[in-house]
Amino acid sequence: MTSISEQTVVITNASYGKRMRKLGIRLLKSKTGLVGLLIVLAVSLMAILAPFIAMYDPAKTDVVHRLLPPFWVDGGSMDYPLGTDNLGRDVLSRIIYGSRISLLVGISSVILAGIIGMFFGLVAGFYGKVWDFIIMRTVDSFLAIPNILFMLIILAVLGPSLSTLILVLGGTSWVVYARMVRSETLSVKERDFVRSARAIGAKDYRIITKYILPNVISSFIVIATLNVASTIILEASLSFLGLGIQSPDVSWGLMLSDGRQYIATSWWVATFPGVAITITVLGVIFLGDWLRDILDPKIKD
Amino acid sequence: MKYLFQNLLKTIPVLLLITLIVFLLVRVTGDPVSLMLPETATEEERESLREALGFNEPLPVQYFTYLGDLVRGDFGDSFRYNTDAMALVLERLPATFELAFASMIVAILISVPLGILSAVKRNSFFDLFITGGAVLGKAMPSFWLGIMLILFLAVNVQIFPVSGRDGFQHLILPALTLGTGIAAEMTRLIRSSMLEILGQDFIRTARSKGLKEGIVVNKHAFRNALIPVVTIMALQTSTLIGGTLITETVFAWPGLGQLLVQAVNLRDMSVVQAATFLIAIFVIMSNLIADLMYRMLDPRIKYD
Repeated sequence: MTSISEQTVVITNASYGKRMRKLGIRLLKSKTGLVGLLIVLAVSLMAILAPFIAMYDPAKTDVVHRLLPPFWVDGGSMDYPLGTDNLGRDVLSRIIYGSRISLLVGISSVILAGIIGMFFGLVAGFYGKVWDFIIMRTVDSFLAIPNILFMLIILAVLGPSLSTLILVLGGTSWVVYARMVRSETLSVKERDFVRSARAIGAKDYRIITKYILPNVISSFIVIATLNVASTIILEASLSFLGLGIQSPDVSWGLMLSDGRQYIATSWWVATFPGVAITITVLGVIFLGDWLRDILDPKIKD
Repeated sequence: MKYLFQNLLKTIPVLLLITLIVFLLVRVTGDPVSLMLPETATEEERESLREALGFNEPLPVQYFTYLGDLVRGDFGDSFRYNTDAMALVLERLPATFELAFASMIVAILISVPLGILSAVKRNSFFDLFITGGAVLGKAMPSFWLGIMLILFLAVNVQIFPVSGRDGFQHLILPALTLGTGIAAEMTRLIRSSMLEILGQDFIRTARSKGLKEGIVVNKHAFRNALIPVVTIMALQTSTLIGGTLITETVFAWPGLGQLLVQAVNLRDMSVVQAATFLIAIFVIMSNLIADLMYRMLDPRIKYD
């Protein structure tokens, strides 16, 4: 027995290495996937190195230099490459710092939603019956309330803060994962290898972790990646509506909401944060689409 | 019929759960009494109002009283406007419907020709351009697009009004804002649906009969390709309504979305509840209709 299982491990390790190499080659061949990866890496670097690359403190106000245009417009200078906002804060520095919030909120709330959704999806799919009924009707009721409205209400009740925002985004968007994991579990659990594992007396826990999870995980990763994109937009929307990130913290959505009032005279304040959001989300979508092509050709959008 | 009935039955626990979720949310808001009375009110006055409103009862009892009120259509009064909350919500509904309808028209006008073109000219320059545009449309936050449209078409070139609702002119920018996002989604859908249909045998048969390509594409392929598109779009009702919250805020469009955002910011919970229920019922109904429509449009799908 031991030698067989050791062999299996060796074989899977080798094929794992090979698979990773193949993935790498295919990424280099897929132009959009590569662009996506580069964008995501660039934004991540920007977030990590923010204190070193930003020229100013993002919250520092300087009324003398308020509403200065970007450098290529008359009156602008390289001191403030993308201009300043209504309180004289440097737009570029704020965009650099804003990437931290976008990525932090985007990634951590997707992880939270993923864990909750994975758990309920597995329970609903694997145990079925009453559990399935309760969980799926809860999913249905969550889906009947537009997610942005749901989040607005909870944030109004709990009061906006960074951690609440992550909890709310995670706590309301788990339903997507629960639905997907449930339906995958339902189909995997009837397959022969699960039946035979059950026949030799494997426990539920072992069946779930060893047989079902590995078969569900690739669709899960694809959906999670694509959801980082929509979560970044949701965070920006909530901050724009005033119930997300609060000053003095910096968020691209918040910058947009500040800049909106000055759109007639100082277009740059609202324009650049939107460009930052669009490029970041585009990168994540490209990366997610590429992952989907590779990991899970059967799901479509 | 049986199928419809079964699905209607399924919506009952969902509606109950929604009432429970909203009830819990509203009750966690803290003491509504302190919002209703002036700050100078004495503790006794607060206590008597609490008793009058039934807030001293245990939570389950409160929940059932609350359910009873809902069944009678009584959502309470808005403390901001001092009128019936549901009446307030219903009054805003036409504006939102107008915007949603116009956005759908914009979305259809953009996505149908582009989706068909990119499927027919698959992998061409057009296709690349259109699919690229669709991804871009998905990546842009709608409120930013709205602000940019204001910048270009209402400020720089003063073609359209910046905000408000006063005739057709006012409708165009909000409808473009909301419609573009939907169009991006729909273009991708129509393209992939068309590609699937164009590869099927009956299309080859139609072509080999010597039918003109235009007729094959428009009559044979597009009609069949529409089935999944219509269904998936009807399932997007929730997203569409979510979109109106933001678009209406950007353009000061006096609809349900704007009312809701204001009510949430003011913690005017009666209005929030009334609107949330109305939206939830609307979403559930349109999902049901989508499901039925899917079955009617495609007789191959069996009723179970």
